[in-house]
Amino acid sequence: MSEAIKKFLYLNRRAPYGTIYAWESLEVVLIGAAFDQDVSLAFLDDGVYQIVKGQDTAAIEMKNFSPTYAALGDYDVTKLYVEKESLEERGLTIDDLMDLKWEDEDEDWAEKDSIKVVSRFELARIMEGQDVVFSF
Amino acid sequence: MSELHTVNKSPFEKSSFASCLEHVLEGSAVLLYEDGIYAATKGTAVEGKLKSAQGVKFYVLGPDLKARGLGEDRVIDGVEIVDYEAFVDLAAEHSKVVAWV
Repeated sequence: MSEAIKKFLYLNRRAPYGTIYAWESLEVVLIGAAFDQDVSLAFLDDGVYQIVKGQDTAAIEMKNFSPTYAALGDYDVTKLYVEKESLEERGLTIDDLMDLKWEDEDEDWAEKDSIKVVSRFELARIMEGQDVVFSF
Repeated sequence: MSELHTVNKSPFEKSSFASCLEHVLEGSAVLLYEDGIYAATKGTAVEGKLKSAQGVKFYVLGPDLKARGLGEDRVIDGVEIVDYEAFVDLAAEHSKVVAWV
């Protein structure tokens, strides 16, 4: 099976709640995680709003699915690329995002950051290196 | 009679907010809700559009800010944060509603 591992990148470009894209992406990521592939997520354009911390949807009576991002590490989804320029255009910094971690079993379950802020150019290179790109 | 314009799309993804501002008349009001709330936040690349609209009163729906993790401190000065009840009142007070969907 190991030779069949492919690199999958999920592109997240939409804000949460206004449309169903962000939630649908999460669902597909979690389904895909069961297939032992090499999975990465990219957050760019309005997609960076998906992982802003402190979301509280009680008053709009919708499900707050943002806690699910913190569970991705348990499904071996540990590479979350966030585009620097997209954050800047929206007046955001990495401090405005959830502190998403994963535990590295090869290093005695050491906690590591899942989020990596990358430039637009770096993200283009990350896309280039994938076998499959899913867009949401 | 003044109009209430509503925008519920992100200013980064759709032209709804920009087009609204090009058609809104002095003395009218603009209410930002759902993904439209991002236009009311500080430090963005589109912040200047709202700030340069003369004689227009801006409102933003608080529950939509809160849902998206954006505190009231992130809202551009002069924009009034309102709840659903105030949304209804605004719609009733103005001669008509122009929705930029």
